[in-house]
Amino acid sequence: MSKMNAILQGTLNWVDERFPLTKLWKEHLAEYYAPKNFNFWYFFGSLALLVLVLQIVTGILLTMHFKPDASLNASGVPVAFASVEYIMRDVPWGWLIRYLHSTGASAFFFVVYMHMFRGMLYGSYRKPRELIWIFGMIIFLALMAEAFFGYLLPWGQMSFWGAQVIVNLFSTIPLIGPDFSLWLRGDFVVGDATLNRFFSFHVIAVPLVLLGLVAAHIIALHEVGSNNPDGIEIKKKKDGNGIPLDGIPFHPYYTVKDIVGVVVFLMVFSVILFFMPEFGGYFLEYNNFFPADPLVTPLHIAPVWYFTPYYSILRAVTYPLFGIDAKFWGVVAMGASTMILFLLPWLDRSPVKSIRYRGPLYKGFLTAFIVSFLILGYLGMLGPTPVRTVVAQICSVIYFAFFLLMPIYSSLDRCQPEPDRVTSK
Amino acid sequence: MKKFLTAILFAPLLAFAAGAELHLDRAPDKSNDMAALQNGAKIFVNYCLNCHSASYMRYNRLKDIGLDDAQIRDNLMFTVDKVGEPMKIAMQRAEAKAWFGAAPPDLTIIARARASEFGSGADWLYTYLRTFHRDESRPTGWNNVVFANVGMPHVLWELQGEQVMGEDHKLKLVKPGKLKPQEFDAVVGDLVAFLKYMGEPVAEFRKQLGVIVLIFLAVFFVFAYALKREYWKDIH
Repeated sequence: MSKMNAILQGTLNWVDERFPLTKLWKEHLAEYYAPKNFNFWYFFGSLALLVLVLQIVTGILLTMHFKPDASLNASGVPVAFASVEYIMRDVPWGWLIRYLHSTGASAFFFVVYMHMFRGMLYGSYRKPRELIWIFGMIIFLALMAEAFFGYLLPWGQMSFWGAQVIVNLFSTIPLIGPDFSLWLRGDFVVGDATLNRFFSFHVIAVPLVLLGLVAAHIIALHEVGSNNPDGIEIKKKKDGNGIPLDGIPFHPYYTVKDIVGVVVFLMVFSVILFFMPEFGGYFLEYNNFFPADPLVTPLHIAPVWYFTPYYSILRAVTYPLFGIDAKFWGVVAMGASTMILFLLPWLDRSPVKSIRYRGPLYKGFLTAFIVSFLILGYLGMLGPTPVRTVVAQICSVIYFAFFLLMPIYSSLDRCQPEPDRVTSK
Repeated sequence: MKKFLTAILFAPLLAFAAGAELHLDRAPDKSNDMAALQNGAKIFVNYCLNCHSASYMRYNRLKDIGLDDAQIRDNLMFTVDKVGEPMKIAMQRAEAKAWFGAAPPDLTIIARARASEFGSGADWLYTYLRTFHRDESRPTGWNNVVFANVGMPHVLWELQGEQVMGEDHKLKLVKPGKLKPQEFDAVVGDLVAFLKYMGEPVAEFRKQLGVIVLIFLAVFFVFAYALKREYWKDIH
């Protein structure tokens, strides 16, 4: 046994002289000191990593059988659409791989939204973690691009018309718009050229960007250290060895804790995957079981649930400005609604970070923001009516007011004093 | 003239009924009824599979519903000779389009595609297949309550008989078919159950596997939680 250990130690030394394996292990796991008071909201970071791995592994397996081809087969069905059904029926366990991937897409957005909300609750974007937030926001944008490209691939009615609607948004840009959207599609309508380039973006380009950004996100996090539900810096109080008094090594403490989170997550995930993979038409839209047909426009084209808040903001803009179509300003508003999140670290002027010590003003604005966001998400799934448009307009104003008024209300707020050491509420 | 006026008056109402609100009858759940599924397969092969393909569905997949290769070959296969073949049809799509105005769609996953906020895809099919009625204004002589101006004639008319749409917007059976109304409903129920099965043949197994996975995760949770408690007992 001791001889075995000696061999292993020798091998490790050999590697360490050539590659910082032990150093990386210590810096990022065994000697990365995380605050000991992480709560429920802190599960979603590691869960996002889990879902990323799940999507990549299932994606690799799906790519082995999927055919990005819009031409019709002998039965008059597009080859891409038929290849998805081939995966569902003839590939051993193909149905499981496909449902893991389709449920994983929605799970990814759920987990990332929760993770971002955690950041807003506890001020995790504040100095010195601005870059972590920026990297995270770019990940979020890349994730939206990834989901959009991926949604075209099954080549169903919603895939086709959703892509058609989104690409057409770019044609509202003055002067270059129509040519720009033609260049994006590679054709006058969404077609085989579009399918193939979206496939390329979905399986290579965006995942590469995502992986690089996730690495940058984690490296930046481990450089400055994690925030915590109290929003105070644990590095200010260290013991004689330079270890934060309120810090515990990530491994084993948070690895064993995150395993519990993973199991609970997988239970919820499995309930959806095995018993309601379509999730009532929200994860797999019913209309997408019809193959793409450029001649039949669906009565109601709705994006998947994770895009609906921004889609609502897009539709809420109904006034033309400066002689340019309202649709263009809708696109601008939709873009602004995601880009404005980048500014969060500089808009927030509160003396405290965590919601625990913030005053009623911030709590009120955050609640109004979350409620508006959910209402916008709900409205985005429905067809527009005059009343719904007015509600969406009010919610859009609240959405932007939360950010634009933040420098004022966050500095005026009556905050409570922060504690010296982390608390375990 | 009177007819024309009624048509003009009621056309918007019909459009509203078809577009905005859809009242669907609930299809009976026969997912685990092998006899019903087999009968549904028989009806599907005899009445539907001449014009509609089910091109993602292989004949030998019907083992799921309790049939063996010989039974499938002897009773259900008319156009192909290998049980591993998918359920394709001989009719050319271009010709079909010329005859019916639109090529009949592939039916493999129709039960999934027809789901909506008004009911499941099975509900839609169950209602659709039972609400054909006589309409001399249509080229086929048939119209449908759920699918207005449908291109397909009433293929099951021999079984159901002929219905007409009354002034009160209710269907009346004016010429009885081979089956009594309840018998016809049961037959359509079998057919719809088969279409639902064909939409996702793995559905029943998926649910069974889900139970096993959840039991495993529940047991795993106990150990994972115990491990976490053990490690964290000194952290205060």
